[in-house]
Amino acid sequence: MAAEDVVEGAASGTPLASHRRLGRRRRLVPYGLLSPGGAYLAIFFLLPLGLMVYTSLQSGGLLSGGFRFTWDWANYTVVTRYQPQLVRSIAYSLIVTFAALLLAYPMTYWIAFYGGRWKASLLLMILMPFFVSFVIRTVQWKFILGDNGPVLHLLKEIGVLPDEFRVLATPFAVVAGITYNFLPFTALPLYVALERIDRSLVEAAKDLYATRWQAFRKVVWPLSLPGVFAAFLLTFVPATGDYVNAALLGGPGTRMIGNIIQEKFLTENNYPEAAALSVILMVAMVVLASVYARILGTEEATRAAAAA
Amino acid sequence: MSAVATEVREEIHELPPVNPRGRRWTRFILPVYTVLMIAYLASPIFVMILYGFNDIPGIRPTQTPRFYGFTLSWWRNVFNIQGLPEAVKNSLLIAPISATVSTILGTFFGLAIGRYRFRGMSAVDFVIFLAIAVPEIVLGSSLLSMFIQSGTSLGFRTILLSHIGFSIAFVAVTVRARVQGLDRSLEEAAQDLFATPLVAFVKVTLPMITPAILAGFLLAFVLSLDDFVITNFVAGQTNTFPLWVYGAQRIGIPPQVNVVGTMLFGAGLIAALANVIVHRRRA
Repeated sequence: MAAEDVVEGAASGTPLASHRRLGRRRRLVPYGLLSPGGAYLAIFFLLPLGLMVYTSLQSGGLLSGGFRFTWDWANYTVVTRYQPQLVRSIAYSLIVTFAALLLAYPMTYWIAFYGGRWKASLLLMILMPFFVSFVIRTVQWKFILGDNGPVLHLLKEIGVLPDEFRVLATPFAVVAGITYNFLPFTALPLYVALERIDRSLVEAAKDLYATRWQAFRKVVWPLSLPGVFAAFLLTFVPATGDYVNAALLGGPGTRMIGNIIQEKFLTENNYPEAAALSVILMVAMVVLASVYARILGTEEATRAAAAA
Repeated sequence: MSAVATEVREEIHELPPVNPRGRRWTRFILPVYTVLMIAYLASPIFVMILYGFNDIPGIRPTQTPRFYGFTLSWWRNVFNIQGLPEAVKNSLLIAPISATVSTILGTFFGLAIGRYRFRGMSAVDFVIFLAIAVPEIVLGSSLLSMFIQSGTSLGFRTILLSHIGFSIAFVAVTVRARVQGLDRSLEEAAQDLFATPLVAFVKVTLPMITPAILAGFLLAFVLSLDDFVITNFVAGQTNTFPLWVYGAQRIGIPPQVNVVGTMLFGAGLIAALANVIVHRRRA
């Protein structure tokens, strides 16, 4: 649409006048390109986020005549009741993020530096889980780690583990499940950052008598830090909001804030309280993301998404 | 820094390229570790494929650790189970529509933020960044809030609208990454040869960003097909494949789920490989 305008402008009028008009119209081109997608995001992304704040200040009940907007700030006191779940979500998510970084870094380092012509194939293998539904993967972990599943059954049979030993419904199962599911999100930004590092810098360090470890410590690691931070953000934020792993692999003692929000919305139909919790989670994550974007820019994190 | 690096690189060819430290067994640690990690990442996929062939007895069998023997009957009767065909059909209808619409909207968006500098650009950048970084549960619950407030009935339509919404940002950044890496002088050369800006764009730029558009489409397709959290909020009574699996697993995994999962996995792998090949040919 906007591009056509430009063509039209170029075809009409004297060369000079058309040139000036072209300049003005050209400035409008990006807005023309932005407007369809921008309008969509305004309606189906920004508006709902705003409306959730509105919902969180309503009072009433679904069965007692519906909800009305009453500036009901009391809904936010709900957070004091679910403080354990909120703290647990953040704690789990931090453990997950560090575990995933620790697991993914050596692998992505090796692929980026020594993968050679297998780089693309190896990267595809890391992304392989994306081709199987998230729910199926988690359900299969539930099966694999089951009390009488293939792994534990064998270990109990040969007497390595006591009969009552279990993995499911423990914090370990939930943390391990989330780590598994978000590992590709950690690996991708790390890989993108490591891949970009100029190999000759490492060689230079070695020529200057750095050991392999020193060359890594002083050259590769600092240069990969933007990727580490992007990986941190792209893992920590979604992991904090996850509830599927806690629902499938966890038990009553491992419920996260996502489970509470989900139940309040879909089972209890207590929309204002659910929205209040959601707003709290959203604000926390947006603040984190903003601080990140302020300090490090949005480039690195979105580049990783593009690499997928 | 870089000047030093290039100088050193020139010298390197005169030195013997032997690194005695790399000759020990320790050099196998990282490759072995990588292979083990890939095996770990693949393990639930392997279990899924394997147990799609398990010959479990019973009327409504579910996955058990015991492997009774090899059968193709779940492959032959894959839709012989209530609810699964409708769920898969919905998923396979929503994914291509969502991917097509979000690819069109996201491509324009990506072009705008990749090619131009304009007022309000940092705000637009931040919205895109936010759309990628916001937890799914927040987006899902807020979409539900909006649909309830506006009295929209939940179902196929609301799933589709939501999927398009969360895919646009991913397509936009995929296209942007490619557009930013383009050599603008090629398009300018075309314009110097009297191509109008539109013709120059269609003949020069568009072919160069086609791989990114395709990749964005694939990404949007997979995101839609795979989504559980947001869909669960806005689906109402409508089922998609992930929602159906989530409901069914309460009493155990029917083997047909593994078969459908394996089919989608195979299709996804083929599409990804095709994309890699297209990339290679374009490069």
